[in-house]
Amino acid sequence: MRSDRSQKSPLGLKIAAGLGLVFLHAPILLIFVYAFTTEEKSYQWPPPGLTTQWFAVTWNRPDVWEALSLSVRVAAISTAIAIVLGTLCAAAVSRSKFFGRETISLLVILPIALPGIITGIALRSAFALTEIPFSFWTIILGHATFCVVVVYNNAVARFRRTSGSMIEASMDLGADGFQTFRHVVLPNIATALLAGGMLAFALSFDEVIVTTFTAGQQQTLPIWMLEELIRPRQRPVTNVVAMVVVLVTLLPILLAYYLTRDGDQIAGSGK
Amino acid sequence: MSTANSYRVAPAILPAAGGIRGVLSDAFWRKPKLLLILMLLPPVLWLGVVYIGSLFALLLQSFFSIDEFSGLINREFTLKTYGDLLQAANLDIILRTVTMAAAVTLASIAVAFPIAYYAARYARGRWKALFYLAVMLPLWSSYLVKVYAWKLILAKEGILTWVLAKLNLLWLLDAWLSLPIVGGNSLSVSFTGTFIVFVYVWLPFMILPMQAALERVPGNLVEASSDLGASPRQTFWNVLLPLALPGIVAGSIFTFSLTLGDYIIPQIIGTSRLFIGQAVYSQQGTAGNIPLAAAFAVVPIVIMGLYLWMAKRMGAFDAI
Amino acid sequence: MTSAVSFQKVSRHFGKVKAVDAVDLDVAPGEFFAMLGPSGSGKTTCLRLIAGFEQPTAGSISIFGERAEGVPPYRRNVNTVFQDYALFPHLNILDNVAYGLMVKGIGKAERHKAAEEALALVRLPGFGGRRPSQLSGGQRQRVALARALVNQPKVLLLDEPLGALDLKLRENMQEELKALQKALGITFIFVTHDQGEALSMADRVAVFNDGKIMQVGTPQDIYERPSTRFVADFVGSSNVLPPDFVQRYSGQHRWGSLRPEAIRVGKATRGDGVSARLVSANYLGATTRLALDADGLRLHAVVPAGTKLPEEGEALVLTFNRDQLHLMDEAG
Repeated sequence: MRSDRSQKSPLGLKIAAGLGLVFLHAPILLIFVYAFTTEEKSYQWPPPGLTTQWFAVTWNRPDVWEALSLSVRVAAISTAIAIVLGTLCAAAVSRSKFFGRETISLLVILPIALPGIITGIALRSAFALTEIPFSFWTIILGHATFCVVVVYNNAVARFRRTSGSMIEASMDLGADGFQTFRHVVLPNIATALLAGGMLAFALSFDEVIVTTFTAGQQQTLPIWMLEELIRPRQRPVTNVVAMVVVLVTLLPILLAYYLTRDGDQIAGSGK
Repeated sequence: MSTANSYRVAPAILPAAGGIRGVLSDAFWRKPKLLLILMLLPPVLWLGVVYIGSLFALLLQSFFSIDEFSGLINREFTLKTYGDLLQAANLDIILRTVTMAAAVTLASIAVAFPIAYYAARYARGRWKALFYLAVMLPLWSSYLVKVYAWKLILAKEGILTWVLAKLNLLWLLDAWLSLPIVGGNSLSVSFTGTFIVFVYVWLPFMILPMQAALERVPGNLVEASSDLGASPRQTFWNVLLPLALPGIVAGSIFTFSLTLGDYIIPQIIGTSRLFIGQAVYSQQGTAGNIPLAAAFAVVPIVIMGLYLWMAKRMGAFDAI
Repeated sequence: MTSAVSFQKVSRHFGKVKAVDAVDLDVAPGEFFAMLGPSGSGKTTCLRLIAGFEQPTAGSISIFGERAEGVPPYRRNVNTVFQDYALFPHLNILDNVAYGLMVKGIGKAERHKAAEEALALVRLPGFGGRRPSQLSGGQRQRVALARALVNQPKVLLLDEPLGALDLKLRENMQEELKALQKALGITFIFVTHDQGEALSMADRVAVFNDGKIMQVGTPQDIYERPSTRFVADFVGSSNVLPPDFVQRYSGQHRWGSLRPEAIRVGKATRGDGVSARLVSANYLGATTRLALDADGLRLHAVVPAGTKLPEEGEALVLTFNRDQLHLMDEAG
């Protein structure tokens, strides 16, 4: 809402908005305290004491490392696929008006518009019908599918801002299609792609619902955490992992924000 | 320019560059449709085959049935599984989930409105960016960690009990927990707990479209309303709310859909009574009844289809 | 001599819209040629046909005698100054200007040297290190010009080149462009909707309307001897006279035009002429423009500032030299 007069906001509104933000952030901050608690058996508050020993314990846990490594590999490959597919799709949709354009947009958005469990059970059904065994690649298949939209949203927003006459100017100056892509299109969308890629990585790294249906016996980090949440075995290790996960996802999101802050917004409808 | 003469004799039309690149470049220029098709092919193939194909597989599975004796899936077309879906226990699950989704959506609207309104109308410059980040960061930070944080908060020995004890308000908590349906042994095993976590986790999805809708409302409309003698309450109900409605509907699509499909939150913080997501999960997992799981999964699709259709009629898609 | 650009019955139709309809056109080498017309008249589409961004649906285009249909823009030795300048935001000014040479594979040192020279030519020496966003509108326009000229095109196309500039800057640029074109000897073709700009800069002007060329000629031709009512009206807001009126003075039953400055305004008492009444007077600085009503026919006259003006509604007599009454091609 635009208001050109600088007004004081009503106190009630200020308090309600402030409380809302506290509600959004306090739980996440709480994780940071629990990572240092000396209490092992319960979720006792306030912590009876503070220690850093659980970081060392977590560091030496091979299951955590394996889960982390799987998550990173899955996220990296899914992101790479999503960048290619999302960019192609965004380029095609913003290049020209063609029949079925709306359908394409819908097709891209559908995997996140429908609840994750539907994507999950749908993939599971398809694997069952086609008798594809669960593997690293079945996880990727699912993750890349819902990551496309994040890259797509970022790329479409950037293409919309990139003036069409720039491409004509490049061709006019003697650059063929490939040179124009390399020297004009790519540099102009690069930060949007990087931002989209960051978000896709964060999305994949964190995904649990679809993954439970496509992973079989393998454990990504979120699945490892889910197991711990359902059947807690070593709570302090979970606390430390939770804190690390918050930090690991925080960085790409902040970076994505700074890459796209002038103008297009990060696709908020991203999960 | 010094090199002018060397160019003056240059031809007006340059010869076609040889090689694959030259030929391809000219071909793409002559037939832009060809390039368009080539660009669309990989994403459409991927999404069409992997995703739409899977959705069809899901739909197909829901028309299969399970052999009750052998536990094997009988791949013959039948409506028997949908018949099973209509059993009272299953209808209970659906009703419970839809009620929860509706309650979560309404609560999200109430909590999100002040934040969205403040960010849209009063926040400027640096503060605006900060507000935006303050909503984006929780949106993108780990879903499981957020759920876990609430497990810590709502636990009997956790921070909420501690705060209420300090404030001498424990009797209030106990009174609430002794209520039927919403109560329970502790907050972390009650519908109240499930509800709070749902609201928390989906809140950013409500704030962002709501803020986007409010940004488009000219600020002087609100002033005009109060100039015309409307009380703040009247201004809210007659001016602000209708104008924010497309954003609210857009946000509610997310909160509603995400609640319908979630199976992790009620599993970790909640009672033993199932939600649709849990039913899908347990039917395909422990029960091995993929057809019934598939039929269950069709329910949110149908509900969301109806919801989207209604939202579209209200013009909500402009605000996403 | 071969034309720099030649159109033979060129049409460009977009579905049912005839943006350009069977246009014949010849632009001589070294000429400063203007395409003038209201928006949607087809002038910009013609420019895009020459640049290669559009393909004709019928007819043929040749550039210096070579057929251009089906040739992509990047293989035409023709460069364009875009209306929005279309500078590359990710490159600095020097690399923007050197872009055309870079894609041709010319080495860094050489292309940067040529770009510096081109920047000096448009009077922006030393601006190479800046970003497009750091320049003013007029400066960007010069960069766009340098970026095109550095390639030594056979034909330079300018799409409303001065449209985004303010009046003072526009007048300066008009003179500069004209001088630049003279010095370089490159064929300039520019599109404008501003008749003053077209008349003051171009060697010849083509007036467009509805996808067709109404008239091609020198600025004097166009201004003094418009061939159709549209041209007379669009270029310099001439008085368009109906056939019945024209017949009284020329004996021919044809449409005619009369420049406002050709009309002399006198008191009703003396001599014969067209009797009229003053409707309103518009002070324009150097001149005053009078709106007159001659028995239902609306006429405009221009008198020098300082002339004693008649009263509104006063009866007047208008006189003009018969040889200044121009007969147009259109019969009545």
